[in-house]
Amino acid sequence: MTETPSNGLHFVRRELAEARKPPSQEIGPLAWARRNLFGSIFDTVLTVLALLALLWILPDLINWLFVNAIWHGTDRTFCATVAQGGIQPDGWSGACWAFVGDKFQFYMFGSYPVDERWRPTLVFAIFALTLAPLLIPKAPYKVANALAALIVMPVISFFLLHGGVFGLPVVETALWGGLLVTLIISYVGIAVSLPVGILLALGRRSQMSVIRLLCVAFIELIRGVPLITVLFLASFMLPLFLPPGTSVDKFLRAVIGVSMFASAYMAEVIRGGLQAIPKGQFEGADSLGLSYWQKMGLIIMPQAIKLVIPGIVNTFIGMFKDTSLVSIISMYDLLGIVRASFADANWVTAVTPLTGLIFAGFVFWLFCFSMSRYSNFIERHLDTGHKR
Amino acid sequence: MKKTLLTAAVVAAAAGFAATAASADTLDNVKQKGFVQCGVNGAGLQGFASQDSAGNWSGLDIDLCKAVAAAVFGDATKVKYTPLSAKDRFPALQSGEIDLLARNTTWTISRDTQLGFNFRAVNYYDGQGFMAKKSLGVKSALELSGAAICVQTGTTTELNLADYFKSNKMEYKPVVFEKQEEVDAAYDAGRCDAYTTDQSGLYAIRTHLKQPDEHVILPEIISKEPLGPAVRQGDDKWFDIVSYAHYAMVTAEEFGITQANVDEMLKSDNPDIKRFLGEEAESTIGKDLGVDNKWAYNIVKAVGNYGESFERNVGEGSPLKIARGLNALWSKGGLQYAPPIR
Repeated sequence: MTETPSNGLHFVRRELAEARKPPSQEIGPLAWARRNLFGSIFDTVLTVLALLALLWILPDLINWLFVNAIWHGTDRTFCATVAQGGIQPDGWSGACWAFVGDKFQFYMFGSYPVDERWRPTLVFAIFALTLAPLLIPKAPYKVANALAALIVMPVISFFLLHGGVFGLPVVETALWGGLLVTLIISYVGIAVSLPVGILLALGRRSQMSVIRLLCVAFIELIRGVPLITVLFLASFMLPLFLPPGTSVDKFLRAVIGVSMFASAYMAEVIRGGLQAIPKGQFEGADSLGLSYWQKMGLIIMPQAIKLVIPGIVNTFIGMFKDTSLVSIISMYDLLGIVRASFADANWVTAVTPLTGLIFAGFVFWLFCFSMSRYSNFIERHLDTGHKR
Repeated sequence: MKKTLLTAAVVAAAAGFAATAASADTLDNVKQKGFVQCGVNGAGLQGFASQDSAGNWSGLDIDLCKAVAAAVFGDATKVKYTPLSAKDRFPALQSGEIDLLARNTTWTISRDTQLGFNFRAVNYYDGQGFMAKKSLGVKSALELSGAAICVQTGTTTELNLADYFKSNKMEYKPVVFEKQEEVDAAYDAGRCDAYTTDQSGLYAIRTHLKQPDEHVILPEIISKEPLGPAVRQGDDKWFDIVSYAHYAMVTAEEFGITQANVDEMLKSDNPDIKRFLGEEAESTIGKDLGVDNKWAYNIVKAVGNYGESFERNVGEGSPLKIARGLNALWSKGGLQYAPPIR
């Protein structure tokens, strides 16, 4: 861009001209709303309908959940109307958070003896301390950390929770409950299913026919049966076969059942990833003279697992929620213990069941949503060109 | 190495058989363990079995477990509870995981025979009943002709309802729902005149209604649901202890012995009471039962008599406020009747 001024000197522009602002209709929340919410007549109708629906639901919901809610109280009278034998005015309805507050420890630990509840609390703390750095890609000492989280932590936790060593009184697994059970079963399930799933997936694609046959049989057998059946088998059939003196702990049986189930599903997810790897990668690894385990560990698995992260996390989330099924074999996970608490005569009112279920739903959502966000983060972190 | 493994297996198997033999005598087994393993309702049933915020159990069924422990050990705290669902309660008893099942279980012939259990004592006579709005002014279920009745579909309750109205030549309009919560809501919203389910359930539902005082539970019971403790067949000694733990509570109520006055009653001159409380010199009642002679005293001291337990858990002392009805003593028009303890 040059022009010739009257004195004959040429002027050369050295910096770029500053970009002009886009027209005001194209930026800002208004433009965003126009583009996304009122882009066409159909969009406008949908937006208006959605807003009306929200207006219709939200005020009542907020009222019920927060405004009318009871936050403090020691028994049912606080959450019952006068006619129901309580202190609230007739026609009142609202969440009874006092109930959840009173039951909070029970929801976390189940029937775990009150005096010993510091033990599961400590386990939760260790759990958070070992797991958090493992999940942060930048944190150092990954190998030591993984060993701590996957081997040392479970062993310490078991002795802490079960007791019987260092003068800790024994707390049988039958007394464990609530979120504690949910977390133990899902943590063990997740920690076991990933490595076992990888081995099963490799076994299923193996050239060795016996191994292949065994892996296929295991996967198809477990996948072909509902989880409830696996749990029933583990908890009722097994003790009928075993002599009474030699019975394996019921909790352990359930944990093994869930882990086996998750492993079979995980194997198929991983196999999906393996099949997406081009043959050239296998041949390339072979031509470098890598052994089978080097080939798989260095070339194939890192690519395959990265591809199937959504599937893996999907399985994890599914399993986390499936842990509720253990109430059927009389082990009380978070949902089971919340439901059982509705029968407490000290707290029985019209609003307590709903409040308890909302709380349980919120806790499940919190865990599942965190897992899902973390998997998104890891996918972006590992992204090396597959993303579209 | 192989030999050691084999030896270990043989020893383990032998130990297993020994354990099987031992479990045939539940009382010895229980005494050896030092506690009674009691199967209870894990999902919680208001008034029958529920846990407080610290995880302590209470309820009518729990009192029975405590009574058995008091009879065997003289200490009602020597109970361990196994929370059970409706599905796994029977396998748990069959496999020997629990010593007795006190989980609001209906005594039926097929459970007695086919499942191999024994029932005798009934700690709660339940049955299907009706709840109606007070404003209708009905005093009996026989006045419900033409009423709209809320009922959960796919249950025996629905079938019993149809039979009852047909046999009494009455008309009714069923209002059916899949889930109990839906039936509750419909009844509370006034969509039907009456609600039918098990009577103990009606009392529990009534506590949830907007205006509990405006509803009345009618006296008729149209089906039989005797709820009581179950034990495995083939161990009569244990069966006797469990049954008489309940009968002792009933007998104590007949004699007017309560948790509060049981110590004074020890000094009573009444020979029946002396015999019952183990104060009679040459009495061997407790010993013959396989427990301490003071077994009945221990039970009453620990959980009170049947009437006290009833009032505390499901009666006027609880939010349920269930009337004694069928569960009153036989001498007061109910069905609670204990064989003479002598």
